[in-house]
Amino acid sequence: MKLPIYFDNHATTPVDPRVLEAMLPYFMEKFGNAASRSHSFGHVAEAAVDEAREKIGALIGAPSKAIVFTSGATESDNLAIKGVAEFYRERGDHIITQRTEHKAVLDTCKELERRGFQVTYLPVDRYGIIDLDALREAITPRTIVVTIMLANNEIGTIQPIAQIGAITRERGIIFHTDATQGVGKLPVNVDETGVDLLSMSAHKIYGPKGVGALYVRNKNPRVRLSPEMHGGGHERGMRSGTLNVTGIVGFGKACEICMSEMAEEEVRLRRLRDRLHQGIAERVDEVYLNGHPEKRLAGNLNLSFAYVEGESLLMGLSEIALSSGSACTSATLEPSYVLKAIGVGEELAHTSLRFGLGRFNTAEEVEYVIGRVEQEVRRLREMSPLYDMAKAGVDVKSMTWAHG
Amino acid sequence: MAYSEKVLDHYKNPRNVGSFAADEENVGTGLVGAPECGDVMKLQLKINDRGIIEDARFKTFGCGSAIASSSYATELVKGKTVDEAFALKNTKIVQDLALPPVKIHCSVLAEEAIKAAVRDWKRRKGLPDEPEAKAKTPAEKPVNA
Repeated sequence: MKLPIYFDNHATTPVDPRVLEAMLPYFMEKFGNAASRSHSFGHVAEAAVDEAREKIGALIGAPSKAIVFTSGATESDNLAIKGVAEFYRERGDHIITQRTEHKAVLDTCKELERRGFQVTYLPVDRYGIIDLDALREAITPRTIVVTIMLANNEIGTIQPIAQIGAITRERGIIFHTDATQGVGKLPVNVDETGVDLLSMSAHKIYGPKGVGALYVRNKNPRVRLSPEMHGGGHERGMRSGTLNVTGIVGFGKACEICMSEMAEEEVRLRRLRDRLHQGIAERVDEVYLNGHPEKRLAGNLNLSFAYVEGESLLMGLSEIALSSGSACTSATLEPSYVLKAIGVGEELAHTSLRFGLGRFNTAEEVEYVIGRVEQEVRRLREMSPLYDMAKAGVDVKSMTWAHG
Repeated sequence: MAYSEKVLDHYKNPRNVGSFAADEENVGTGLVGAPECGDVMKLQLKINDRGIIEDARFKTFGCGSAIASSSYATELVKGKTVDEAFALKNTKIVQDLALPPVKIHCSVLAEEAIKAAVRDWKRRKGLPDEPEAKAKTPAEKPVNA
């Protein structure tokens, strides 16, 4: 077992060796521009891109021609939401989303508000799931798109996509889902769920960084978009720019691997994750799970450790890669808005740790991390004035504090 | 954000973690910050009859820099008079621990904790606050931050 240990697979994943192998020929031998129609270098590259398109489409139940390549899920989110909003502006100017979306969606919505669109940010319950009735009620004759993520990157909670799709279908509204964290981890089928637009990213599923895709439904109904990137008209005019052939080949291979290994991997990760949770909960008291206990990504665990601040815990666990919802870990000194949206009180939000298990993590690593987490939480609680107060029966919440 | 060696050292080998017994006389306690902000520091000073700080203890809920700042504060105050301790500036902590700009507020909280502990001790002893008025200056940011 090597150190440091990587338990932050929601942030990014290592490239699978099989993916790297698939990509290599396209750097120096088969290096053509996929848009070069006039010679074999171009044809070879184009063929590789088409093959990747098929594999990516297959993972989500979509035809290859409905796949548009981008630089990543952030770009896909921007293209989907802005693209649809601008194209269908005559039809309406109202967008519906929810409060725990990734910033790529939330900030895009904020930008559209600046441009005169109306946005409803649906609240979520204490597990992070939206209320379907609230969604129905939020829809107006001016609503043109609903954007709800498949699975949350911080707390792993999975949204009821099929039910959302049924509602949007019925009302003739376009449904976009940011599926970045869910694709390749749980089965996704755009036809069965009524999804019209779907964002995905290679580097979350053991592919390279810098490439992603947007699924754009081509029939029943055909969805149109205003492009963000103008230029040579690539990707049927939806996204100009020379294709990242090496990245796309890697992306395709990553999807192919997920397709064949997803079911087994899910079982294995769930077992490891549950063991991690159980191991910690057995040894440490006052630990709270953030997110839904069952409807969550198999590799995700997000825990709050009362009386212990997240960044200090990360520092204590410096040989283990994790992340935290604590304000101290963010550049803006704001605690996690996702935890806030699910009603986690601020004192507990600062104490949270996110574990993201992945393909290359082992049972041995899990046991090691359990032991280390116990060690550092104990040490930090010994140092914590809040733990003292709690043990002495003082109600920390009722105290008035002298602010620093 | 990589941690500075000094901050890591204070975390791995904290100085003076703990509390004085509740029945100890001669102890001033400062409790500052707020759990909602993710920062709470408790600093205790054991002060002799000549107003010299003989010993100090701290407990902190906060990030690595907050822990290091309060740990370092307990080292800084030992042997000083209460007025000297009261005059300690956060900038000294920032410089000596090489805190990045985003963590300066941790050192400010440590400075506040020292002041709060001194005030608490003076209150218990029935001493006037007057020398504080001379020492009071706003917390500064170091020039080269």
